[in-house]
Amino acid sequence: MLQTPLWKRILIWATVALGLVLAAPNLFYSRVEGHNDAAQAVEAAGFATVEQQAALDAWPSWLPSGIVNLGLDLRGGAHLLAEVQVADVYKARMDGWWPEVRDALREVRADVGAVRRQPATDPAELRVEIENEAGMAAAVAAVNALASPIVSLTGIGENDISVTAEGKTLIVALSESERAAVDQRTIQQSLEIIRTRVDTAGTREPTIQRQGADRILIQVPGIGSASELKALIGTTAKLTFNPVVRRGTSEDAAPGAGNVSLPSMDEEGVWYTVEEVPVVSGEDLTNAKGDFDQNGRPAVAFQFDARGARAFGDYTAQNIGAPFAIVLDGEVISAPVIQSHIPGGSGIITGNFTVEEANRLAVLLSAGALPASMTFLEERTIGPELGQDSIDAGKVAAVIGMVAVSLFMIASYGLFGVFAVLSLALNMAMIFGILSIIGATLTLPGIAGIVLIIGMAVDANVLVFERIREELKNAKSPARAIEIGYERALSAIVDANLTTLITSLVLFTMGAGPVRGFAVTLAIGIVTSVFTALYVTRQMVETWYGLRRPKTVYV
Amino acid sequence: MAWRLRLAPEKTNFDFFRWQGVTFGGSMLLMVLAFVAWGVMGLNFGIDFKGGTTIRTESAQAVDVAAYRAALEELPLGDIAITEVFDPTFGPEQNVAMIRIAAQDSTEAVTPEQIAAVEAALRTIDPAMTFPSVESVGPKVSGELVWGSILAVALTSFAVLAYIWMRFEWQFALGGVLALLHDVFITIGIFALFQIKFDLTIVAGLLTILGYSINDTVVVFDRLRENLQKYKQMPLRDVMNLSVNETLSRTLMTSVTTLIAVGTMMIFGGDVIRGFCFSIFMGVILGTYSSVYVAKNIVLFIGLDRSEKPKNKGTPDEFANIDA
Repeated sequence: MLQTPLWKRILIWATVALGLVLAAPNLFYSRVEGHNDAAQAVEAAGFATVEQQAALDAWPSWLPSGIVNLGLDLRGGAHLLAEVQVADVYKARMDGWWPEVRDALREVRADVGAVRRQPATDPAELRVEIENEAGMAAAVAAVNALASPIVSLTGIGENDISVTAEGKTLIVALSESERAAVDQRTIQQSLEIIRTRVDTAGTREPTIQRQGADRILIQVPGIGSASELKALIGTTAKLTFNPVVRRGTSEDAAPGAGNVSLPSMDEEGVWYTVEEVPVVSGEDLTNAKGDFDQNGRPAVAFQFDARGARAFGDYTAQNIGAPFAIVLDGEVISAPVIQSHIPGGSGIITGNFTVEEANRLAVLLSAGALPASMTFLEERTIGPELGQDSIDAGKVAAVIGMVAVSLFMIASYGLFGVFAVLSLALNMAMIFGILSIIGATLTLPGIAGIVLIIGMAVDANVLVFERIREELKNAKSPARAIEIGYERALSAIVDANLTTLITSLVLFTMGAGPVRGFAVTLAIGIVTSVFTALYVTRQMVETWYGLRRPKTVYV
Repeated sequence: MAWRLRLAPEKTNFDFFRWQGVTFGGSMLLMVLAFVAWGVMGLNFGIDFKGGTTIRTESAQAVDVAAYRAALEELPLGDIAITEVFDPTFGPEQNVAMIRIAAQDSTEAVTPEQIAAVEAALRTIDPAMTFPSVESVGPKVSGELVWGSILAVALTSFAVLAYIWMRFEWQFALGGVLALLHDVFITIGIFALFQIKFDLTIVAGLLTILGYSINDTVVVFDRLRENLQKYKQMPLRDVMNLSVNETLSRTLMTSVTTLIAVGTMMIFGGDVIRGFCFSIFMGVILGTYSSVYVAKNIVLFIGLDRSEKPKNKGTPDEFANIDA
């Protein structure tokens, strides 16, 4: 009786030992963290500096080095939820369609008459008024000829644009599946660019995730504030080089066809009227970095690709003595006069930059422009001190809770209570071991989840002990009572814990951020506490019973 | 025989239905009152649900709410609430206040200029003041969070209902879930009554209550199922009493250990998480109460079909009641 097969015992203790080994690195948190950071840096750079080597040596690399990630609320950092304005891209697409539509309608001018673009309220629409309503059929046919079919799973047989008529107005709109494709592409590009920008800024373990249809969640630990993060990723960074038409002191009311009036970034009240179509744009840049001009002022050095270099070279050769504007996000950084032909495709941008601004602009330019602007729906900054306070408070609470529960259990169940407390300690270690190996993030509610588990973990043990007590009352032999106790308590333990597991799964799927951390620790804690109660505590009880062979057992 | 701490006597024989009118009826009354408190006073929603900005300030000087208010009055920010935060974990030089600014009229959370202006205005009082956390949620997101939370509670209740239905009888599922809702709604009522800040973590707390309370109820149900098999002739009411009495010691033990753990977190865990711990603390008390006094009463009201399912198959008296 009361004998678990050897293989099973080995498996149980091996699982516990594995949990302990995996949890161990967390005891040397800062040392292991330094080791991991250094290892990552060394791998990226290909060589190790003296400090990095020292950090590497501080923790033997053959030991497991997985540690629990600390969430933003514990480490401090910034959290942003951004909504990508996909409508921006729709508008750009429709603007791109206009010349083609105009040309197509010009060919059927005999039927259609004069055409005029009208303002549209929906950015995904292009509205064109035609002179002769009778020629509408011809106009629709002509524009329809421009459409091309979409190749996608859902949009079979659909074109990228739909053409409809409404009185004298011809409406060209992006089709549903084309919109979906544009959305998908825009979000994907935005994600990539944000990732590049955040990575270049050199922060650790940022989280950049798509959320829902058009949202992006960005969490960067260790950054000073959400405003700082916003400055880095919220700028569209659309850079263009446009020919300057004239310079003025107020906004140009009539810039003329194909021109726009833009304010100067640094000079108050100065406006430039520039040609809307740029000579070259930021997309033609291959590289940009922070630099200094010949006077030692901060500047951004850039390099064009082959196409950009040719276009820029040709333009400068033809327009010596004329000014051109360097435009960033609708503002003119500077408008230098072309001194000579610039053939090499490289140059520097000077403005009233500080060194930081120049470096940031360089990062933004080399990462590329965002395809659409973003609005920020949610932003949170948590200072590192507050996070540390929370960790300290959590530790204190966990220790006090653990001690109080232990005393209570031992007072209630004597030796069996001691077994329960020992397996509770192993349980805690296993939770940390699992959290470390799956790379889960520990948040403040997550710590609360662990403390809650301290209370709930003993439940499975309590169920068994109470059951053993009852069976002992029914005058069973101790060994038999223990065995039946475990057997009969099983269904209650399984049902009770499965329902809690269900709730934690719902919490995980529905919850965001910190709440998710709570769900993870709760779910892991439930699994480990059932394991420790059913197997580990039982092993202890059986071993004790095997050694002592007591005639009577008092639980 | 060694001494043991006992929360319940070794063998109890309480009639848990004796004061049914008071216990169960009282519970129902409390639930109604909770709804009234919720409806009349409303919940003190945090920025997660209402939108807006909270700024946590920390200063070595004592918090002077009036001075803070005066400093912020000149800014065009609309409704501002300032509360001082007290906590046993704070050091003597640690004076913390929370400043809440109502949502500005747009989808965006807040502009960096607004935050900078607030911080600058407050620094005129204490130049060394720090701002350990600044959080802001746009009205667009907060609306979605409200629905998400309601959905989460509903979905969890439904999942639990389905599970108990599968494992037990439908009467148990109904009783269990009604007991759950009892716990959740009374907790919400308490939050409304004392106007404690209600944010996303509280919803997580409520969901935890769902998990804990059902855990407790299921243990009682499990014993009830076992005893129903054992004592086929005993009236349902007596089987229920027996089951609750038998599991009473365990119910109290688990509640007390959980309360000890959550209680220490509530006292020593810092003010950031206090509301969350409080909701779980209340929920554990209510959950324990409801598994003893609410869940099974509902099963008793509905009644159970205790006949064995395949009993009509070929029994000798199958046709005995047919008049030829």
